[in-house]
Amino acid sequence: MFRITERKELNPSVTLLKIHAPLIARKAQPGQFIILRVDEEGERVPFTIADYDSNEGTITIIFQVVGSSTEKLNALRPGEFIADFVGPLGKPSELEGLKKVAVVGGGVGCAIAYPVAKKLHELGAEVHSIIGFRSKDLVILEDEFKNVSDIAKIMTDDGSYGEKGLVTDALKALIESGNEYDEVIAIGPVVMMKFVSLLTKTYGIKTVVSMNPIMIDGTGMCGGCRLTVGGKTVFACVDGPEFDGHEVDFDEAIQRGQMYRDFERRSREETCRILEGGESNA
Amino acid sequence: MPNMSPKKNEMPVQLPEERRHNFDEVALGYTEEQAINEADRCLQCKHKPCVKGCPVHINIPGFILAIKNQDYKKAYEILTASSSLPAVCGRVCPQESQCEALCVRGIKGESVGIGRLERFAADWYLKNAEEQVEKPEPNGHKVAIIGAGPAGLTCAGDLARLGYDVTIFEALHVAGGVLVYGIPEFRLPKKIVRKEIEVLQKLGVKLRTNMVIGQVLSIDELLEEGFEAIFIGSGAGLPRFMNIPGENASGVYSANEFLTRINLMKAYREESDTPIKHSRKLAVVGGGNVAMDAARCALRLGAEEVYIVYRRSEAEMPARLEEVHHAKEEGVIFKTLTNPVEILTNEQGHVSGMKCVEMELGEPDESGRRRPIAKPNSEFVLDVDTVVIAVGTSPNPLLRNTTEGLETNKYGCLIVNEEGLTSRDGVYAGGDAVTGAATVILAMGAGKTAAASMHKYIQEKRKKA
Ligand SMILES: Cc1cc2nc3c(=O)[nH]c(=O)nc-3n(C[C@H](O)[C@H](O)[C@H](O)COP(=O)(O)OP(=O)(O)OC[C@H]3O[C@@H](n4cnc5c(N)ncnc54)[C@H](O)[C@@H]3O)c2cc1C
Ligand SMILES: Cc1cc2nc3c(=O)[nH]c(=O)nc-3n(C[C@H](O)[C@H](O)[C@H](O)COP(=O)(O)OP(=O)(O)OC[C@H]3O[C@@H](n4cnc5c(N)ncnc54)[C@H](O)[C@@H]3O)c2cc1C
Ligand code: SF4
Ligand code: SF4
Ligand code: FES
Repeated sequence: MFRITERKELNPSVTLLKIHAPLIARKAQPGQFIILRVDEEGERVPFTIADYDSNEGTITIIFQVVGSSTEKLNALRPGEFIADFVGPLGKPSELEGLKKVAVVGGGVGCAIAYPVAKKLHELGAEVHSIIGFRSKDLVILEDEFKNVSDIAKIMTDDGSYGEKGLVTDALKALIESGNEYDEVIAIGPVVMMKFVSLLTKTYGIKTVVSMNPIMIDGTGMCGGCRLTVGGKTVFACVDGPEFDGHEVDFDEAIQRGQMYRDFERRSREETCRILEGGESNA
Repeated sequence: MPNMSPKKNEMPVQLPEERRHNFDEVALGYTEEQAINEADRCLQCKHKPCVKGCPVHINIPGFILAIKNQDYKKAYEILTASSSLPAVCGRVCPQESQCEALCVRGIKGESVGIGRLERFAADWYLKNAEEQVEKPEPNGHKVAIIGAGPAGLTCAGDLARLGYDVTIFEALHVAGGVLVYGIPEFRLPKKIVRKEIEVLQKLGVKLRTNMVIGQVLSIDELLEEGFEAIFIGSGAGLPRFMNIPGENASGVYSANEFLTRINLMKAYREESDTPIKHSRKLAVVGGGNVAMDAARCALRLGAEEVYIVYRRSEAEMPARLEEVHHAKEEGVIFKTLTNPVEILTNEQGHVSGMKCVEMELGEPDESGRRRPIAKPNSEFVLDVDTVVIAVGTSPNPLLRNTTEGLETNKYGCLIVNEEGLTSRDGVYAGGDAVTGAATVILAMGAGKTAAASMHKYIQEKRKKA
């Protein structure tokens, strides 16, 4: 059992949890993830390690409530426990030696992009962050990004905060104005990563994306997380989750990601009803 | 005078029509009367040919005689002198190609039902005997086991009985390996596996789940932490694919994913959070136990038509005879001498069919089986919406990649000597991690061999010190 030590709501649907897991905290690196099961009946669900503190022995995850497992997770409070918590899984990001990098985050993907930007900053690289959200009330980690970036641009789809437009618009403008990046790191919805990769390809800038296909074991056993990268089948949980954006077959990844859509919608509605029922009894 | 009936006592089973809709155990086990009657068929051969067919050399006539004499406890004790999981092996061993293949009664008629009797004695014990587990005197030495499958559990049990302080590190959230995530409930009820694991815990074995060795701790770190010897029983969990077009379409599963969702994550139960696709028509590619299990699970989840697509003929199928037989009774359709060449998809990228070619058997290949070759112009499309690939697995590269000096062969299998020692001092291995996908009983046998070697290694080291 793993104890929750801290909880913070970053926006109405995104929550931060700190969890006591000293062994994992000792080993964690940016780019890696954990898999948890909220309770004995739960699914195994993956989350990126958003931050870690080896002195405290804690791992931070930031998650968006999208389905039944994240809903259950969101109902937990400090002092309560998570049944299973395993990691660090996947390969760490390769950040050594980079001098100037654009970090592009979309939505809750910003939670995954943040530790990368932070680590780059610590390594002394020049960091330009571009973070995008649908609207103002969904913005997360603004100050955190600003603290570790030389340039931080916030974009919203509806223009309710920062600049109006897509992250690709801002990235294009930065490149066009003469910024020469060693690498672009894009983390967010698959569609966003696809368009960032298409854009950078035209400029020949190396681009790394963090793929989040559906996973079960996270150890290379089920093959459920497989992707086509450079024409070859790879397993995101052990070969990734980061890959060369110019090599990833994004369309296939999008299709595979939709496999359980209907099921999950049903499952979430049931959980909502259960939670509502519980609350009205209280 | 022994019972000279040429036929085995039939195994009572759930009727095919009923069982194809539930996950309860298919084979129900002998009654006491049937067991005694079957035990009476054994001729108590002096030269014990059957024993040579058993990888762990169970004293087969001995335990059968005990059943005949209605001393079931003794039968169980004879079994456990050689095997730590008799209730499991009695159910899943490919008896027909091991012990029973060499039984003299098999020359004229059917062999003695050794596996069924083994199961009977083990089940009797689990049900009737109050488990007397005495914690052995600790000997002050610490050992680590990586992986809680049959190989690791057996090795752990043997070492714990010798007084070692044993810790098992398991990557998943439960122990049991393939016994819990692969082999379905209707063939091996999970409570039997749980019971075997409880016995180990009573012996003092510590079980640490959620520990992916190679990620959270390396083998070298375990050695530094004071574990004097390590056993690797990490299995062969990495699924192989066929590398044909369409294999990454949505609706294509590896057997491991399909079975894991169902068995480990209990997707078949209404209250589980884990989704599984409910298919209309499903094809399983492969002819082993894994393929049979996937096909029979698919039926139970309500698929209308389930196919087994296998490129050789039925005679070459590696699955246990009984599973093939049960699968057919339940209505699985066998398409043998058929090889998939492409998985077709619709506009949404979902499986809409599988293009196959018919095969014929040519000359024997290096495995001694006749090599299948494609018949010209025999292409056809099988109408399916889900495909499960069960064409084999190989060992996971994680430990090899994170451990300096751990040697593997070209298939990624760990290389060990006859004592189970790897290329690293103090590091032993066995089971599927060494042999590639094999059987429960072979994995157990390897766990036993390694336990004995580890004991010897630590004793000798102590003498020198
Ligand atoms: C390596 C990795 C790292 C991740 N890191 C984070 C993170 O830091 N923060 C975060 O909020 N989420 C992260 N995710 C996504 C997260 O795992 C899913 O949102 C979660 O599994 C949903 O579970 P659920 O039961 O609440 O929703 P479900 O009921 O399972 O699904 C609800 C919806 O989410 C979609 N979905 C399900 N699983 C995934 C998935 N793996 N990726 C994308 N969409 C999915 C479904 O198609 C469905 O539309 C990560 C995923 C991976 C593979
Ligand atoms: C569906 C299916 C049906 C089968 N049917 C039969 C049958 O009827 N009869 C039969 O005899 N055999 C059958 N087999 C084969 C048999 O189950 C295996 O040969 C046997 O389980 C191998 O045992 P093992 O202990 O070597 O490995 P496994 O049972 O694979 O166990 C390995 C364990 O190690 C863990 N692990 C892996 N890597 C790590 C790591 N890095 N750190 C920590 N833990 C790790 C895994 O999670 C797993 O729990 C079947 C196999 C399958 C998949
Ligand atoms: S363990 Fe397997 S091979 Fe050995 S006697 Fe039992 S059924 Fe036969
Ligand atoms: S070979 Fe058959 S008949 Fe002979 S001892 Fe073994 S089980 Fe009995
Ligand atoms: S999650 Fe199962 S192989 Fe990657």
